[in-house]
Amino acid sequence: MAEIQIKNVAKSFGAYQALNDINLTVADQEFMVLLGASGCGKSTLLRIIAGLETATSGEVWIGGKRIDHLSPKDRGIAMVFQNYAVFPHLTVFENIGFGLRMQKLPNDEVTRRVERVAGLMHIEMLLKRYSGELSGGQRQRVAVARALAMEPDVILMDEPLSNLDALLRMEMRAELKGVLAESKTTAIYVTHDQVEAMSMADRISVMHEGNIVQAASPIEVYRDPAAKFVASFIGNPPMNFLPATPAGSGKWQVAGQSFDGPNTDKAALQFAIRPEDMAPAEQGLVATAKIVEPLGAHLLVTCQIDDAMFRVILDSDTVVKAGQTLTLAPQSDRVRWFDPETTLAVA
Amino acid sequence: MTDATVVDVSTDTRKSGRFLYGASVVFLCAWVIVPIYFLLINTLSSPEAVNSFPKSFIPEFDFGSLQFFAGFAGILTALKNSVVVALMTMVMSIIIGAPAGYALSRFEFPGKGLFRLLILLTRAFPLPLLALPLAVMFIQVGLDDTAFGLALVHTTLAIPFAVLITFSLFSGIPVELEEAAWTLGCTRLTAFNKVVLPLILPGITASAIFAFVISWNEVFAAAVLTIENRTLTAFLLQNLDTSPLHLKFAGGFILVVPALIFIFAVRKYLFAMWGIANR
Repeated sequence: MAEIQIKNVAKSFGAYQALNDINLTVADQEFMVLLGASGCGKSTLLRIIAGLETATSGEVWIGGKRIDHLSPKDRGIAMVFQNYAVFPHLTVFENIGFGLRMQKLPNDEVTRRVERVAGLMHIEMLLKRYSGELSGGQRQRVAVARALAMEPDVILMDEPLSNLDALLRMEMRAELKGVLAESKTTAIYVTHDQVEAMSMADRISVMHEGNIVQAASPIEVYRDPAAKFVASFIGNPPMNFLPATPAGSGKWQVAGQSFDGPNTDKAALQFAIRPEDMAPAEQGLVATAKIVEPLGAHLLVTCQIDDAMFRVILDSDTVVKAGQTLTLAPQSDRVRWFDPETTLAVA
Repeated sequence: MTDATVVDVSTDTRKSGRFLYGASVVFLCAWVIVPIYFLLINTLSSPEAVNSFPKSFIPEFDFGSLQFFAGFAGILTALKNSVVVALMTMVMSIIIGAPAGYALSRFEFPGKGLFRLLILLTRAFPLPLLALPLAVMFIQVGLDDTAFGLALVHTTLAIPFAVLITFSLFSGIPVELEEAAWTLGCTRLTAFNKVVLPLILPGITASAIFAFVISWNEVFAAAVLTIENRTLTAFLLQNLDTSPLHLKFAGGFILVVPALIFIFAVRKYLFAMWGIANR
């Protein structure tokens, strides 16, 4: 059982607060992604779980045991680094078997495990080479194989794909997801790439300025963002926001149109809808098309509503010209509302 | 027509610049090589040929001078002393300097900048100023005229280099390699032994050899701090007026050649230290 519990973990570097009171539970064998922009604290949190940094306060538990006072080697974790950290003076075989040799496993067991993982990562033919003779993608596979060979309770990955080219990244994403699912290990994966997060995670923890803003499944984070930050960070093109003023109980005025909304007595709200959740209709928001981009799979139209920029994704067969007026009806169950002061979602 | 003139002028400047450059390189090489060449000739000449004039440019390959040198009373002991002191210096400067280089490269601590400056400043002190007070202190402690006492002084001279070379070596090893080793079951010490040490061993060797050469070449402290147990440099200095010419040449040769060979062997690391890219 390798459930991870992070209780009230905070970390400061001198005057700079990197993490504020983080609370998170990762279920056994769950693939948790820590997603956020640079500087949000996701790598710091990962390193605290690994034992490479010490939290200023708080506790870390793995498998029901408190581990935050233990050194990395006693935590039952294995880590894959962003720059791979493959040992240059050892062959690929010895790299993968490094942790196993530290455990003083017998030679035949080491060979068996190394060859098995090398097969999983498709690097069996590279076992006698040194890291200097490998490409970036091959080195990354060695790094992952080295972690998997340990058969750890928890595997931690710090942006392992960010140094690879786009095509290789896409291939490795799928491969990693398959390999990790099969290995039945709890995984925590750090990335700034929301596509990676959406495609690989069981749950995503969206982080911003040292806080976890929302921790939920990919589709929940996409459809029901808990805060404006999540709504604008996830999704490409990003969610659209328009100011809304009250027009009676449960009714809100957005760009001259009336919509059903939350029954709250706030002075103003923000109306949010994703570009793909709208369609041309008779009744709806009136927008002037400014830029029309035929992307092949669909049509991306950047419009103007009042003074705000607004993006909508339409079917690729739709004919729209710049300057044309469009009437767009949002799908009512996909409309979201945010409080402009707290930036949190309002039900 | 104007274009042709411009081209000619710049070609001329380039040519004369190149000539000047070539000439100064030749001069510098000669400055270093010619004395060593004379040393070589005279070492390999018979004692009589050394004292004659004019000298030939081709050595006779007579080992008479060297034989005389080997037989001269006290010279082999002096040679042994030089080796012993240099070895002690090498070991001590690495044992003290390498951990300091590691700490400087991996850790942040108050006074780090000051420490680095102080390490360099120890070399700024003129040794003649320190030599006599040191001699007095050594006599009081009982270290005077011992190999260990001299090795201590030489270690002080060699440590700045040991620290700086090892600092740049350790800085060249990404800390992620050590961190990866920690996650794979190593303690800090095991990670150092299994990951860092194999990678820096060539560099540490170079640093050690450099410390050896510093001690080997050192004259002043050796002359002041040793009386009976002289090192070769001190011995030769002492006998400078009274010894025969061929002995001086042979002694000089014995002093220069090992240092030359060692420095040549570790030149790659010295280049790296002084910033010449050598990949």
